[in-house]
Amino acid sequence: MARRENPEINAGSMADIAFLLLIFFLVTTTMNVDSGVPKRLSEKPPEEFEPPIVKEKNIFEININRNNELLVEGEELKIGDLKAAAKKFIDNGGGEGKIVDATPTGPCAYCKGDKDPESSDHPNKAIITVTSDRLTEYGTYVKVQSELIGAYTDLRNNLSLQRYNISYTELEKQYKKIKDDKDQKSKADVLKIRYEDIKKAYPQIITDAEPTSD
Amino acid sequence: MSKFRKKKKGLPPVNTAALPDIVFMLLFFFMVTTTMRETDLKVENPVLPTATEVKKLEDKSLVSTIYVGKANDPKYGSGYNRIQLNDKIGTAEDVPAFILSRRDKISEDKHLRMTTSIKADKRANVGTITDIREQLREVNALKISYSAAKGAN
Repeated sequence: MARRENPEINAGSMADIAFLLLIFFLVTTTMNVDSGVPKRLSEKPPEEFEPPIVKEKNIFEININRNNELLVEGEELKIGDLKAAAKKFIDNGGGEGKIVDATPTGPCAYCKGDKDPESSDHPNKAIITVTSDRLTEYGTYVKVQSELIGAYTDLRNNLSLQRYNISYTELEKQYKKIKDDKDQKSKADVLKIRYEDIKKAYPQIITDAEPTSD
Repeated sequence: MSKFRKKKKGLPPVNTAALPDIVFMLLFFFMVTTTMRETDLKVENPVLPTATEVKKLEDKSLVSTIYVGKANDPKYGSGYNRIQLNDKIGTAEDVPAFILSRRDKISEDKHLRMTTSIKADKRANVGTITDIREQLREVNALKISYSAAKGAN
């Protein structure tokens, strides 16, 4: 007589179920990559600090009112045109650069601007100030900051491509990648010199003025 | 000899019984390595502003996050200017204490590399952000990042 055996449970579809779960988790897991607009605050000035006198023409003034409208150098401007205007101002190169370590930097040789004597002298003298109302929307403010940084990035990219045949963004990426690698120290040093050089050619000077309110 | 002839030829089926184990192992790996946000939000998940020039934040352990947005609890009103530090709703005046407590947990040589990420709703007011920034300057926490999503306007 044939003995009845317990029929084996078919576990073949178990894998399917597990896969389904796996894929569900894979899809729903969002890697929270935190990204943002980087900014370095200026240090707190000492008690009796007198701000240096800066020529009017070296200041690029941006005002954002509470209706999120932009006033740039006394004229209304759309946010989309801000980058071009900022680039024009920074890259103007209409005069002598500032004195760094007791050596004057002289006129800006790499600037491609109009050399308008009424606009900024040199990228290292050009200051961008953003004044916003306390009630301005934060989104607009961040957009303005991002456009300004974008203007600097564009100019740096151009100069870097011209000097080293590689964009600034790429240069920065490569440098950051190998800067702590001891085996590639000589290569990192070369990159560092180039990176600092471009950075110094167009220093990012964006300040925030005290917000207005009533 | 008939006993031997009975045996059928052909490939035996591959035993797939261990497959679920492998898959489960993968599943557990992903479940364990997935990190959940460490603080619960006391403000509504902020709608981040969009920006074109965003950079990734490196070294998460050195990042302190300040949330700004609309509080979930209606007793704080419906404005988008509530500040959350750690697990509590606070004011801009509490920011220095928050930064100092974060610093305590991190070795001295890394203090300069610490970044403060401001995750604010795009409907927040610049005034609130300015207040936070002033306070950050008080404690010399100068590296900040305005959290934003990458994208065109």
